[in-house]
Amino acid sequence: MRIFDPHIHMTSRTTDDYEAMYAAGVRAVVEPAFWLGQPRTSPASFVDYFDSLLGWEPFRAAQYGIAHHCTIALNPKEANDPRCAPVLDVLPRYLVKDNVVAVGEIGYDSMTPAEDHALAAQLGLAADHELPALVHTPHRDKLTGLRRTLDVVRESPLPLERVLIDHLNETTVKEAKDAGCWLGFSVYPDTKMDEERMVAILREYGPDQVLVNSAADWGKSDPLKTRKVGDAMLDAGFSDDDVDRVLWRNPVAFYGLSGRLVLDVTDAGPTHEGNSILRGGE
Amino acid sequence: MTAPSVAELHSRLEAVLGGAARAWLDQATAEATVGPATDTGQSAHLPSPGLAAPVWELRFAEAGRRCGPDHADAARLVLLHAARADTATLIRLYEQGTAAERRAVLTALPHLVPGPEALPLVEDALRTNDTRLVATALGPYAATHLPPHDWRHAVLKCLFTGVPVDSVADLARRSHGDIELARMLGDYAAERTAAGRTVPGDLYRVLALTDAPDPPGPAATPPGVPQRHADPLTSTGEEQES
Repeated sequence: MRIFDPHIHMTSRTTDDYEAMYAAGVRAVVEPAFWLGQPRTSPASFVDYFDSLLGWEPFRAAQYGIAHHCTIALNPKEANDPRCAPVLDVLPRYLVKDNVVAVGEIGYDSMTPAEDHALAAQLGLAADHELPALVHTPHRDKLTGLRRTLDVVRESPLPLERVLIDHLNETTVKEAKDAGCWLGFSVYPDTKMDEERMVAILREYGPDQVLVNSAADWGKSDPLKTRKVGDAMLDAGFSDDDVDRVLWRNPVAFYGLSGRLVLDVTDAGPTHEGNSILRGGE
Repeated sequence: MTAPSVAELHSRLEAVLGGAARAWLDQATAEATVGPATDTGQSAHLPSPGLAAPVWELRFAEAGRRCGPDHADAARLVLLHAARADTATLIRLYEQGTAAERRAVLTALPHLVPGPEALPLVEDALRTNDTRLVATALGPYAATHLPPHDWRHAVLKCLFTGVPVDSVADLARRSHGDIELARMLGDYAAERTAAGRTVPGDLYRVLALTDAPDPPGPAATPPGVPQRHADPLTSTGEEQES
């Protein structure tokens, strides 16, 4: 089973996780820029974080045979902090980078005017840079948040077909699908979705344009949830092809809209003292 | 080791790139050659507001997806050379660059910076644990300009992090007669041996190059003893400095 986790915060994970993910079949990940748990206090803190997403983290992933790309954005939670909002001016110089495959995570947290501004501005940046966008839906008041999100996307220069709406569930999947967006589901140990509910949604709505992620981060989460969903799909009678579509081909198709996805992680040469220097091939 | 000239690299690159990539490189090189002119009419969607960079610097950033990752280093080097990037520009591009862009800047140093003024970039790269950056930092520019103490520590770092010493430019010349380097290598071998661990084969190679009269320190694992080859999946583990 080959797996592409389209939303995972590897910066917060250990090398044991990378090893276990590779063993489970994970060969590619996308790490969206997000909140670190501890609030940032300046754009400089974002700059160091973005540099890490484009530098150290893909290197670390490559050591474990996993292709790592990222999405770059000001997240909605910190869009509300006037000390952080100026990072919007820094984003253009990151959005031209080879490893950036979308603008994200953007969207709503508390649905404030500051979040409205950040969301609209960053949808515009996505269009300017020919990137798709990863838009998450809020934890609180989710359906209202989804509707408001879709309205803002419709008013933006970015087509709905280039938007992945994430953290969907039973209450929001239908409207996101009807809008023509890509459909993201985060499978968590306790909150968001679980494996069985995910299978039920796939039964009802089909695998078309559905992406499943672990959204694993610094909180209670499980980087192997993608594999567990794949296993649950097979147990429920889905075919290998269905699993491959949801766990590999759909994320490849979505992030491939950027024209910047490089999926082969090849060993560039002989190992030395057990250390291999891995890099992306063509 | 004699590095190929930029012109040679450019010719080789033109020969292997596909049509679209070659056309992109020709255009980007032309933009770089005219220097930091206005971007009028050069791009429909870039630069965005707030990105006050010359067009060729955007091309520098996007070289990977235009030429393919295998050719990105050479393409970026060609652009830096065409733009006659000065030290201030190289430092800015390095500081704002991805790991791949930083590699390209480091590769360009011996071609574009005659003196030691870009050494802070080499020192920055040598502080990282990204073995590709460490290896690139130890090219001909470092061979010429890196002071002995820093250079010895860089060689030792290669042994620690698994960077093949073959990637160290001018290794034989700089190692020859370096008694202090020989002492450091001997001590490192002794430390590994005392811990019951194997000694990297490259250590003996460099030690031999120093031509030190007698390898100091307690007897280390002889060169003929097979080395432990750890699972590559553990390669960011104990061998990495953290």
